Amino acid sequence: MTGHLLKGTLETGREPQIKERGTQVGHTATCEAAEREIGLASEAKAAETYVEKPKTLVALRAGIAAGTTKARDLAASYYARIERINPKLNVYLSLTKERALKQAERVDALAAKGDPLPPLAGIPVAIKDVLVMQGAAATAGSKILQSYRPPYDATAVAKLEAAGAVLLGKLNCDEFAMGSSNENSAYGPVLNPADTERVPGGSSGGSAAAVAANMAVATLGSDTGGSIRQPASFCGVVGVLSTWGRVSRYGLIAFASSLDRVGPFASNVRDAATMLGVIAGYDPKDATSSAAPVPDYAAESDKPVEGLRIGVPAEYFAEGLDAEVRAAIECGIDALKAAGCTVKPVALPLTKYAVPVYYLVATAEASANLARFDGVRYGYRSPDAENLSGMYSHSRDEGFGAEVKRRILLGTYALSAGYYDAYYGKAQQVRRLLAEEFLRAFAEVDAIVTPTAPTPAFKLGEKTGDPLAMYLADIYTVTASLAGICGVTVPCGVTKAGLPVGMQVLAAHLKEGTAFRVARAVEKTGNRE
Amino acid sequence: MADQVTVEDVERVAELAHLELTLEETGAMVHDLNAILDYVAELNELDTAGVQPLAQVTELMDTAGGGLRGDSVVESLDRAQVLAEAPETNGVFFKVPKVIER
Repeated sequence: MTGHLLKGTLETGREPQIKERGTQVGHTATCEAAEREIGLASEAKAAETYVEKPKTLVALRAGIAAGTTKARDLAASYYARIERINPKLNVYLSLTKERALKQAERVDALAAKGDPLPPLAGIPVAIKDVLVMQGAAATAGSKILQSYRPPYDATAVAKLEAAGAVLLGKLNCDEFAMGSSNENSAYGPVLNPADTERVPGGSSGGSAAAVAANMAVATLGSDTGGSIRQPASFCGVVGVLSTWGRVSRYGLIAFASSLDRVGPFASNVRDAATMLGVIAGYDPKDATSSAAPVPDYAAESDKPVEGLRIGVPAEYFAEGLDAEVRAAIECGIDALKAAGCTVKPVALPLTKYAVPVYYLVATAEASANLARFDGVRYGYRSPDAENLSGMYSHSRDEGFGAEVKRRILLGTYALSAGYYDAYYGKAQQVRRLLAEEFLRAFAEVDAIVTPTAPTPAFKLGEKTGDPLAMYLADIYTVTASLAGICGVTVPCGVTKAGLPVGMQVLAAHLKEGTAFRVARAVEKTGNRE
Repeated sequence: MADQVTVEDVERVAELAHLELTLEETGAMVHDLNAILDYVAELNELDTAGVQPLAQVTELMDTAGGGLRGDSVVESLDRAQVLAEAPETNGVFFKVPKVIER
């Protein structure tokens, strides 16, 4: 491992976010002025951040195929960078070096023989610690699983490795994926690479920060109410919510089964599309996984957007939306118009009920799913147990953090005799109305665009004292979670302080290709490729 | 729906969920649960008479899940590997503290 190598493989363009764009048509003067200002702000900020853009999958894979980059050296250079900056950002919880280097050697041997390489050959990726890897610690950000080493691989993880990816390690997250800021991890919060006084978002904060800081080329996360999209938007990377059932959940430590999804993060839309193509598909080990064929998402993302109908719901631009976020998203919408899309309003009047529905459905399911953590089969067992019942409750009391307990209690309450119909039953009824509202909208438009989150990344500690305020950070993301539809969040400008803003592009069930196309068009306007 | 959650309610639910709470935690949970339940009471503004509950979304899609797998014997996880993760076993079963006090 030489300094020279490190330079060659990792010092990719740290270009200012907004460059001269030359021939963009129809982009408003206000957007250009705002972006120039933002460009300056982000350059000034760059010195104190850990933000670095990874090379694209295509470029890395070409280097490995040509033999100019060795997968082993690439992995080693990533480990060197992780060693250097992980102490500042707390992104990785554990590293899986032995497995990674073995895989890298396999890829190098293939390349040396001139054999055809799989799509992710030698690509350094990392995994949110709610997905299991055989023999590697899987904590789910919780103390109750601190010593657990699962005996099998999650399907999404196995598929990445079968496609040639090099699995670097496990990424920090909110405990059992419950949180919107990563501050609920039992192993300390992840810090936002763009501003270390701020949260990276949650619950997949480590997955978003790893890509933003080039500590992995791409990562996997999970999204139950926004846990991929919101941190991707806070960290300035691309995050994918695939249709419920599109990616197998086998090996995902369950939070709320009717909402949980596995999905990728990457530094650009095309790479995110390639990643989804690798992990998507039917899995006999998850009976709820979809049997629909998996399209070539990367090729789908290459298609032009001209003629697509884009819906803009006023409900996502109401009170509570940060003014700078609004301005950035409106510029993104202008860019879609300029690219030939038809933009029209769509009505989603039930949006305001989504957070209440989500917190009843998700907590009810969580209270059942988390019953398995009882100190019997795996994980932490309290040493002070006098009998079985005491062992259960001591282990859970000592093993779970405050937010997990709060959600288990809320969910148990909502399911308990006398309250079931009023809370859980009512929430499921409104869930149907919300889903039908989206289906009606998608009869009229191909995609719906919104801000991904109402604000840019907030400061550490800003919302920890007020669970309800924290829940409202998910206000624009829980709707798609409840409806089971898909979406992509794509960087769409930055605030004056240099904080990333994300645009959420939603599409109907199994229409990921459309979401990628639209996201690609938004991305292009920022010259982020 | 707007019942006020009491200390007794929280204690009862904690017992159902096998959670132990300190006095301080119980107080905080009473406060938080009331705040959250007040907020979710907004759902009562909607008339949902006759609406079928939606438990999960596959019914909304043209292409549903892959269906149930065949009822055939396949290899599963190795017992020794699985038991190795348990706090206490006898090599065949999981061991737990005694269930009934005598």
